[in-house]
Amino acid sequence: MKKEILDQLQQDRAQKRPVVLATFLNTGEQRLLYLYGKKGLKDIDPRIGEAARAALLEDKPRTIETEQGPLFLNVFNPPLRLVLVGAVHIAQALVPMAQLAGYEVIVIDPRSAFGSAERFPGVRLSNDWPDEAMAEIKPDLRTAVVTLTHDPKIDDPALIAALKSDVFYIGALGSKKTHASRLERLLAAGIPEHELARIHGPVGLSIGAKSPAEIAISILAQMTAALRQPAERNPVTAAA
Amino acid sequence: MNRQQTDDILATAQAWKAAGKGVALATVVTTWGSAPRPVGSQLVVDNEGKFLGSVSGGCIEGAVVTEALDAIADGKPRLLDFGVSDAQAWEVGLACGGKIQVYVERLDG
Repeated sequence: MKKEILDQLQQDRAQKRPVVLATFLNTGEQRLLYLYGKKGLKDIDPRIGEAARAALLEDKPRTIETEQGPLFLNVFNPPLRLVLVGAVHIAQALVPMAQLAGYEVIVIDPRSAFGSAERFPGVRLSNDWPDEAMAEIKPDLRTAVVTLTHDPKIDDPALIAALKSDVFYIGALGSKKTHASRLERLLAAGIPEHELARIHGPVGLSIGAKSPAEIAISILAQMTAALRQPAERNPVTAAA
Repeated sequence: MNRQQTDDILATAQAWKAAGKGVALATVVTTWGSAPRPVGSQLVVDNEGKFLGSVSGGCIEGAVVTEALDAIADGKPRLLDFGVSDAQAWEVGLACGGKIQVYVERLDG
């Protein structure tokens, strides 16, 4: 490995950029692959690009066969993050659960009475409007976004920002009826219909959850399934 | 993958290199059956045989370090196979019955 590649890799990791280190095992030839946005990897064999993307999504390094021999794809993912929009009761239950599961949690609520340090000790809080907060957070492939306010003024800008990013999970709290009108608003705001299918709404697995903690469990379970068993392999977790 | 450990290993590789040592990295690139450490696990070795990290539960590290020292000397990357299918495996094999492939490369430049 060239020192420049190692230095670059360490810099990418410090800046929380997801990156794949590709190594041809026969020759030792190496390069770093970035999967920025959906158009990344233009100059790479699409088959290799797809495999690298899958490796990043599943957080699983792998060796694939190519015309130039075996190619090892090592995965360097930034930590998992959960962005919660709405510092509500469910968020108070979901924050510690998600932290236990390894997420760095960020809570956004422009209403400072909700998003206060007393209610969320030791959590990164933002009282900015979600579009500004999301621009700063830069959600990526390793980020989940869950909206909990029921208030379109707060939830919608967060959902729009999430849909424009590569986040692995988007959830929106609200009944089927609330969700239907939400989808209409987002459609009117110019989000393509197929993109709307990325939103899990009503949020969470159907386990009959009643209390805030139970709802938090159903959300975290659905997030976990989306992370570990992407929709094509698990129809149960595919968004409606 | 264990984030903390990856941090330590790659950061250690950088630090050892910066200190003027010869450095090699060993990485598990393929596993079959039950393997003690997942694909992507890494070990860093310096030119005196000091190492950090693991590519197995301690079964093959000795052999990997020897190969790493050779790689530091000649600069050629190596692809090593370990398994339990032959008698020699008893010596440098995996007691768990798994098979793994380890890529060893020198840190250049």
